Amino acid sequence: MADDKSNAAEYWKANVRLIFGCLVVWAFVSYGCAILFRPLLAGIPVGGTDLGFWFAQQGSILTFIVLIFFYAWRMNKLDQKYGLGE
Amino acid sequence: MSQFAINLLFVGASFALYIGIAIWARAGSTKDFYVAGGGVHPITNGMATAADWMSAASFISMAGLLASGGYANSTFLMGWTGGYVILAMLLAPYLRKFGKFTVPDFIGDRFYSNTARLVAIVCLIIASVTYVIGQMTGAGVAFSRFLEVSNTWGIWIAAFIVFLYAVFGGMKGITYTQVAQYVVLIIAYTIPAVFIAMQLTGNPIPMFGMFSTHTESGIPLLTKLDDVVNALGFQDYTADVDNKLNMVLFTLSLMVGTAGLPHVIIRFFTVPKVADARWSAGWALVFIALLYLTAPAVGSMARLNLATTVYPDMAGQVENYEEAALNPILYEDRPDWFRTWEETGLITHNDLNNDGRIQMYNNAADFSDRGWEGNELEVNNDILVLANPEIANLPGWVVGLIAAGGIAAALSTAAGLLLAISSAISHDLIKTMINPKISEKGEMLAARISMGGAILLATYLGLNPPGFAAQTVALAFGIAGASLFPALMMGIFSKRMNNKGAIAGMLAGLICTLLYIFTYLGWFFVPGTNMLANTPDNWMLGISPLSFGAVGAVINFAVAFLVSNATDAPPQEIQDLVESVRYPKGAGAAVDH
Repeated sequence: MADDKSNAAEYWKANVRLIFGCLVVWAFVSYGCAILFRPLLAGIPVGGTDLGFWFAQQGSILTFIVLIFFYAWRMNKLDQKYGLGE
Repeated sequence: MSQFAINLLFVGASFALYIGIAIWARAGSTKDFYVAGGGVHPITNGMATAADWMSAASFISMAGLLASGGYANSTFLMGWTGGYVILAMLLAPYLRKFGKFTVPDFIGDRFYSNTARLVAIVCLIIASVTYVIGQMTGAGVAFSRFLEVSNTWGIWIAAFIVFLYAVFGGMKGITYTQVAQYVVLIIAYTIPAVFIAMQLTGNPIPMFGMFSTHTESGIPLLTKLDDVVNALGFQDYTADVDNKLNMVLFTLSLMVGTAGLPHVIIRFFTVPKVADARWSAGWALVFIALLYLTAPAVGSMARLNLATTVYPDMAGQVENYEEAALNPILYEDRPDWFRTWEETGLITHNDLNNDGRIQMYNNAADFSDRGWEGNELEVNNDILVLANPEIANLPGWVVGLIAAGGIAAALSTAAGLLLAISSAISHDLIKTMINPKISEKGEMLAARISMGGAILLATYLGLNPPGFAAQTVALAFGIAGASLFPALMMGIFSKRMNNKGAIAGMLAGLICTLLYIFTYLGWFFVPGTNMLANTPDNWMLGISPLSFGAVGAVINFAVAFLVSNATDAPPQEIQDLVESVRYPKGAGAAVDH
């Protein structure tokens, strides 16, 4: 029982760490590249405008998709590793 | 065949398709009616979620707002997709494991309190009704154009059809109808965009066309667009914004709102396994992204097409925009689409300088040297997507297709929301809290009466909406994000969060957000009852009412945390419940209700 508990606690910690990592990327592309750091990226031209504009209109959406699939893939591995899957 | 007949044919055929599928895959039980059974594949479910999710706001309204606001309105794109990341990681798998099918169910059980359940019901109803107001605005535009009636009539007809659709449906519960609606919607959105991208840039993929070269002038499309709008006194389409705080908060508001909206969350109860809930969120976003990556192309190209329709000389220009601006089209020579939209009252022309021509420009700019005495053309943002194929001279069937798509988008989401409202009232409020012995018939009756009430209220308020469809919907997101999202998240991620904390947090988030919104937009959105004018100068710290949901969410978290830590920890069995939702093991069949 004690093993089960510490196993579960470890699983949860690993999950929270993974979520945190993913949300850092999530915030970086949307709030960062697309909004706050746009002036810094102004020098990088993309089709008639700059990289920040591309992130705001397309880049962040593409990153979001990758993030969700990455998370689902990693979590399935964790489910198996800790024997907590279905 | 007249355009009217073609529209009728397309809308009629798409309806026949949905009804046919609904009959073919009939819901077997009340449970099926609400959540479509437990055996839906993640990809199918993702597609159905996408249809549920993409409403009149995404389909009809958003590209219009992108067109008018340019870069500044990218918030809608990021906000309405980024929310899925939070949903997939912070809510969906755990709520699936929890295994009930309404949001008040989770909040009531997790916070072991009927008061919490009641507060959640109130939050849900306010957010959903606001959302339906936006849908009615959008559906009204679609119906007024497609039936060639005034906008007011369009809204009432839309209300009637949404009512029939939701009340006699149960269609909503049938995932395959949603899949069909998604297919209609995405084809309707993409085909005109492909044609237009081909015309303007020679690139058939709109998301790439947007960043490539404008064929007629030989310069990049976005540079071209910047130059054109500049010559008309507007700021650059791609111009950066000064108020970054507001832009960040607005995006955040839409994101947390996405994760707090009941009709989306419900979708994740319909997959067989917890792991599938995660995949499902990913697939939903893929299908949503197909439209969202096309939308900015639609917006920018429509803006350019509109400008070059009014100022034909601008199309081939690389330099002499000033000169081209002096030669707008004669009002007499306006194209056919212009005339049909004028009948709806959503395009108006007022020849201020009596030269018989159409001067369209930024009213804040002074062009008296050009003999202009004010902007003469008002184009409602919400018509842009529907008018887009006509502006680009595409064939009649494309116009019919987009009418069918717009109506599908508005109806599927409005029906989903009405179902969420009615289940909150009939199931969570009446059956769980007031009268547990109510018969199934009585429950259904209560559900239908509450749907009717909600739609009447939303339609009445939709006649004088607090903004364009997508803006009204954004308010709904702010409300849901400030009230429900924090409670759901803390219910999963904090074992220490107790009933008092959650209730105080939800109330604080909801009330602060509503007060801020009503201050600028009128009490309960009744026009003329606002205390301050809704202009940036009046906003607190430059935060728009649309963005306040993010602040409300922070208030919610803070209040909940303080109150919870000052009061007793939740009982052991609740802490065990929280523990159990965290692990997929033992999730069992979906929804044992």
